[in-house]
Amino acid sequence: MNNRMTALFENKHENILNIYFTAGYPNINDTVTIISELEKAGVDLIEVGIPYSDPLADGPTIQESGTVALKNGFTLKLLFEQIREARKTTTVPLILMGYVNQLMQYGIEKFVKECADSGVDGLIIPDLPPAVFERDYKELFAIHNLSFTFLVTPNTSDERIKMLDNLTTGFLYVVSSASITGAKSGISDEQVAYFERIKPLISSPKLIGFGISDNETFTTACSYAEGAIIGSAFIKMLSKDGVGGIASYIKSVRG
Amino acid sequence: MSKKYQVSSDGYYGDFGGAWVPEMLYKNVEELQANYLQIIESREFQEEFRTLLEEYCGRPTPLTYAARLSKEYNTHIFLKREDCNHTGSHKLNNAIGQILVAKRLGKKRIIAETGAGQHGVATATVCALMNLPCIVYMGEVDIARQQPNVKRMEMLGAEVRPALSGSRTLKDATNEAIRHWIANPDDYYLIGSAIGFHPYPDMVGRFQSIISEEIRAQLKAKTGKETPDAVIACVGGGSNAVGAFYHFLDDDSVRIIEAEAAGLGIDSGKSAATSILGTEGIIHGCRTLLMQTEDGQIVEPHSISAGLDYPGIGPLHAHLIKTGRAEVVPVTDQQALDAAFKLTRLEGIIPALESSHALAALDQLTFKPTDVVIVNVSGRGDKDMDTYMKAMKDGSTTH
Repeated sequence: MNNRMTALFENKHENILNIYFTAGYPNINDTVTIISELEKAGVDLIEVGIPYSDPLADGPTIQESGTVALKNGFTLKLLFEQIREARKTTTVPLILMGYVNQLMQYGIEKFVKECADSGVDGLIIPDLPPAVFERDYKELFAIHNLSFTFLVTPNTSDERIKMLDNLTTGFLYVVSSASITGAKSGISDEQVAYFERIKPLISSPKLIGFGISDNETFTTACSYAEGAIIGSAFIKMLSKDGVGGIASYIKSVRG
Repeated sequence: MSKKYQVSSDGYYGDFGGAWVPEMLYKNVEELQANYLQIIESREFQEEFRTLLEEYCGRPTPLTYAARLSKEYNTHIFLKREDCNHTGSHKLNNAIGQILVAKRLGKKRIIAETGAGQHGVATATVCALMNLPCIVYMGEVDIARQQPNVKRMEMLGAEVRPALSGSRTLKDATNEAIRHWIANPDDYYLIGSAIGFHPYPDMVGRFQSIISEEIRAQLKAKTGKETPDAVIACVGGGSNAVGAFYHFLDDDSVRIIEAEAAGLGIDSGKSAATSILGTEGIIHGCRTLLMQTEDGQIVEPHSISAGLDYPGIGPLHAHLIKTGRAEVVPVTDQQALDAAFKLTRLEGIIPALESSHALAALDQLTFKPTDVVIVNVSGRGDKDMDTYMKAMKDGSTTH
C-alpha cells in the first residue's frame, strides 16, 4: 500500500495544512471525531500527539492536554484502536508524534508494525537521535513503509540540515524559533531570514511549525515552505469550543 | 580513575546513558560534549577548581572514625563527612566545577533544577561568588515544603521559578529547566546530579570523584590500608554515590553498596526504589532504569527525602547494578528516620535524610569485625529539622 503522505507531497506543493492534536483530548473518544472533522474541513495532514507524562519539547498547552488525556484513561492500545476506527472512513495522511520512551516500553519494532497495520503513515519522535535512527531503525521504518520526520531549528548548522534532509523520509519539520511549542506567536524578520537561509539547503518538503496560529501566520509560513503546522492554537480552540469549532477554525486559517 | 567503568565516547556505560535530546538542544549538548574534557583536564582549570575546593568549600572533608557506631555493628565504620562542606552537602563540589566550565564557555547566565533545594543553594552560592545571574527551577510542591532553602537561594540573589507542570516536584523542575534551555540556548544548564544527557553524568561524576580520592588518601594515612572493604552511599540520581565509589570501582575487593529509597515499602506503591521497580527507558535524555507504566508514562516516586525523590537513576549506577558490581539495599522512610536519630545520639552528627538511607543500610548488611566500612554522609540534617522534630513529637522513631 502506498504511503498517503508521500502521495500528498507528490501532488501538493503549497499551502499544506498540518494540524496537531492530542489523542484522547478533550474527551477520550474524541480522537476519531477530530480526525474525521479535520478531514472534512480540508486539512491535508494530521499529526496525532501521543499523551506523555514528560513531553520535553512541548509547552504547557500540549502538556496539559496530555495530562487530561491520561486522566481520561488514554493508553497506546486504545490509540491504535482509535486509529483503526478512523481509518474505516478517512484517507487523510496520519502521523503520530510521541517520545521515544513510549515506543521503547511498547517495543519499537512492535510499535512500528502496529502503526503500519492500523493505518499510520509516519512518525515524529523528537528525542530519538538521528544517529540512533540511522543505525538501528531506518530499515525497520522502510520495511513498514512508514516515514520519519526530523526537526531543524534556527541553531541547526547548514551541514546538519543537509544530513537531516537526506535522512528524512517524509518532510522536514522546520521549528520556527528557539522555543518549545506554543511559546510564541507571529513571525519576525529574524525568522524570515532563517527561512530564507535554509530554503536552498533542503530538497524534502518543509513544514514550518511553532508559532503558527491563524491565517496571517499560516500564509506567511507558506510563502517560505510547502506548508505549516498548527498545534497549541488548535488545542486552545478545542478546549474552548470543542469538536464543534473545528470547521470554522480551519476555515479561518485557510482564509 | 576507573578504567573499567569509563564512559564511552558517545556517552554510554554499557547499555545506559547517551544523549536522547530533541534537535532544539543538539547544539548546546554538542558544544558541551566537544569541550568539557579539554576544559576540565587543563592545568589551570584544575588549579582553580582545587583552590576553591580547599579555600571556599572547606575540603578535604574529614574521614571520621565512628567508634560507637562501629561498636554497635561490630565492625569498623568510617564516615566521610560531606556534611562539613560549605552549604551543607556534597552538592557544592559539582557546582564549583560546573560554574568554572560555564565561565570558560563564556556563558552569562546559569540555570539549575532542584528538589530539596540543596543543589539550588549550591548553584545560587557559586553564582553569587562568580557574579552570574541564576535561575533555579523548583517544583511548586517542593517550594512549599522546603521554604528555608528557597529563602537561602533568594538571599543569595537567585530567582526561584516554580515548576507548575506535572506533579510539580524534582522531575518536573528538571523538565522546566530543560525547556528553559531550549528557549534560551545561550544560558548554561548546571545539572545537580549524575543524570541527564551525556556529558552530564560523566562531568558530575568527575567533579564528585574528589570524595573517593580523599577517602583513599585518608584511609591510607589512618589505617595503612589501600582500600576499604565496603563503601555505602545513598542513591537518588546518584551524584554523592558516584563520588564515593569512583576511585574504588576497579578494586573488585571493595563492595559497592547503594542505598535506595523504598519510601513506605517496595510494594506499597509509594517508593523511589528505581533499580528494583524500574525498567529500562529514557528519562531526561538518558537511557537508564526508571519507574514507569507499561505504556512508558513516568511514575511519580515517593520518598521522605526530597533528594531521593526521583523516578530515575544515574546511568553509571544502572550499569553497576545490572552488571552486579553494585549491591542495592532498599531503605524505607521509617528506617531512614531511625538511622538519623541513631547517628545523632551515638556520634553527635545530625545527618540529612538522604544520608540517613546510607546509614540505615548498615542494619541489612553483614560485616566481619575486622572489616573497614565507609559510609558517605552526603549532607547535614539542618534542612530536615521539621521532619525530625515531627518524628520526636509524635514518637514515630525507635530512638
